[in-house]
Amino acid sequence: MDAPPEPGTWNAEAIGAPFSPWRDFLSRFAANRSAMVGFVIVLTLCVMAIFAPWIALHPIAEQDLMVSLEPPLTDEYPLGTDQFGRDIFSRLVFGARVSLQVGGIVTTVSMLIGITIGCLAGYHGGRVDAVLSNLINLVYGFPLILVALLFVAVMGPGLGGAMIATGLVTWAGFARIVRGEVIALRNREFVLAARALGRGNAWIIVRHILPNIIGPVLVIASFTMAVAVIIETSLSFLGLGAQPPTPSWGSMLNEGRSVIYRAWWLATFPGIAIATLVLGFNLLGDGLRDVLDPRMRT
Amino acid sequence: MLRYVLRRLALLVPMAFIISIVVFAAMRAIPVDPGELVLGPWATAEQRELARQKLGLDQPIAVQYVRYMKQALQGDLGRSIKSGKEVSALIRDTVPNTLLLGGTALLLAYCIAIPLGVVAAVRQNTLVDQGAMGFALIGISIPNFWLGLLLVLVFAVNLRWLPATGSGTVAHLVLPAVTLGLQYTAIVARMTRSSVLEVLRQDFVRTLRAKGLRPGRIIYLHALKNAVIPVISLLGLHIGGVVGGAVIVETIFAWPGMGALLVNSIIARDYPIVQAVLTLLGVAVLLANLLADVLYAAADRRIKY
Repeated sequence: MDAPPEPGTWNAEAIGAPFSPWRDFLSRFAANRSAMVGFVIVLTLCVMAIFAPWIALHPIAEQDLMVSLEPPLTDEYPLGTDQFGRDIFSRLVFGARVSLQVGGIVTTVSMLIGITIGCLAGYHGGRVDAVLSNLINLVYGFPLILVALLFVAVMGPGLGGAMIATGLVTWAGFARIVRGEVIALRNREFVLAARALGRGNAWIIVRHILPNIIGPVLVIASFTMAVAVIIETSLSFLGLGAQPPTPSWGSMLNEGRSVIYRAWWLATFPGIAIATLVLGFNLLGDGLRDVLDPRMRT
Repeated sequence: MLRYVLRRLALLVPMAFIISIVVFAAMRAIPVDPGELVLGPWATAEQRELARQKLGLDQPIAVQYVRYMKQALQGDLGRSIKSGKEVSALIRDTVPNTLLLGGTALLLAYCIAIPLGVVAAVRQNTLVDQGAMGFALIGISIPNFWLGLLLVLVFAVNLRWLPATGSGTVAHLVLPAVTLGLQYTAIVARMTRSSVLEVLRQDFVRTLRAKGLRPGRIIYLHALKNAVIPVISLLGLHIGGVVGGAVIVETIFAWPGMGALLVNSIIARDYPIVQAVLTLLGVAVLLANLLADVLYAAADRRIKY
């Protein structure tokens, strides 16, 4: 038996088979350690969030003051309990839902805004581009937490304001990349050919330009998920995000802060959960960038 | 270059006004009756109306804004609803603390990150490199509020080496500064590494190597000079980031800075403070971004403005 061929190199079967960008992507992805580790982390936590009611051992709001602040590794409470006797493990499992929902909504919305503005700026150029680029740069350099706090101050504590604020800032990350890619694409032969055939601008953007920028958009989306999770948990930690009894990892850490001298576990496990999810999205983004960036190919 | 800086400075003034208008308008959009906030829930309708008139809230919003700005530019930012203290005095007390914390954090970050990044680049793909970059990835992924809690747990609760909260001594500064700085240590280390790697691939390095210069001299004299400039030029962006990070870190460590003042005022619904602090922090970020652009332009002479 020969050793399996290096991914991306020619071998007898590949020469026979037609080139498939999808299969090419998958084989590169599978060979990238960072991408795979990130993917497995994110997938595991998504599964945990989806099947939370079956994984959790106790109802998230079930209080039992008899077992308040139980240390971890007891039979009934693998990660211990909080000051109200609620099971930390079960609350962590449900907390994944909060973070992933907020992250998913924010990323989807900011991706739509970012792609639209990035396409407008890059495709039309000129004065439209000048105005939009200035806007993009202004928003891009602005600390997310300040905007989020402004919205929370106006709308009151809760995740709604946090999500709007995060979406209103993170789109600039998408717009920057999309604008650059569109500028690089707009005078390529296939776009000129489509224009010569009489296709409208919208058709050209949707059919010819967007499919070519999916890669970089996916990379930014992964990093945006990480940022959105950090903002959600930060605000919840400050008591300005998810409100009780919603079990956000951030608010669990906040509860842990008040009993940190007696119960190390409450200030530890939710943090591990946040860091793992954020690390997962960062690794996935890093990996996707390596896999999708043509300049990295040898 | 000078003309570019002046033009950017001129642009800064309207942008600062836009920020103040946005914050002002946002504060007026809050669905709470300020009369009720001042007088409590048991005030009669007439008392509330009187309070609104006294606060000038019966005027059109544009008039209110002009009056607010007139007073603000003379240093009068109003009074706290809850404590009655002057907002400008509260801010004067907290600004030095935030500057001290942010400055220490960034200094710490750059002093650790640049050597770390250089070593990782010079020994690319060795254990040292992987260790340094692993540390950097974790540093980026750990949210600062959890890092703060962990440090408190280890150094204040268990080892009892450092105080968990408060300010006043150098010992009080250690944990907040490390918490705020770690993220930037990680970012700067990653950037330094890729910047050094890029410079080492350039033609002039090959020429130096070809003429027989020792590798140490190439790296630490010629390459480093070129590699560090783009890294330093990002300082402006990080200043803006630290302004945001300070909000959370100050709250965890009860550090008496502007960030903690902001969060406590939001929770207490003390809107004159929220309005003033948000506006000031926003303008600070604008200044930091300007610094970022200027540093970037100064670092790369090929960029013409």
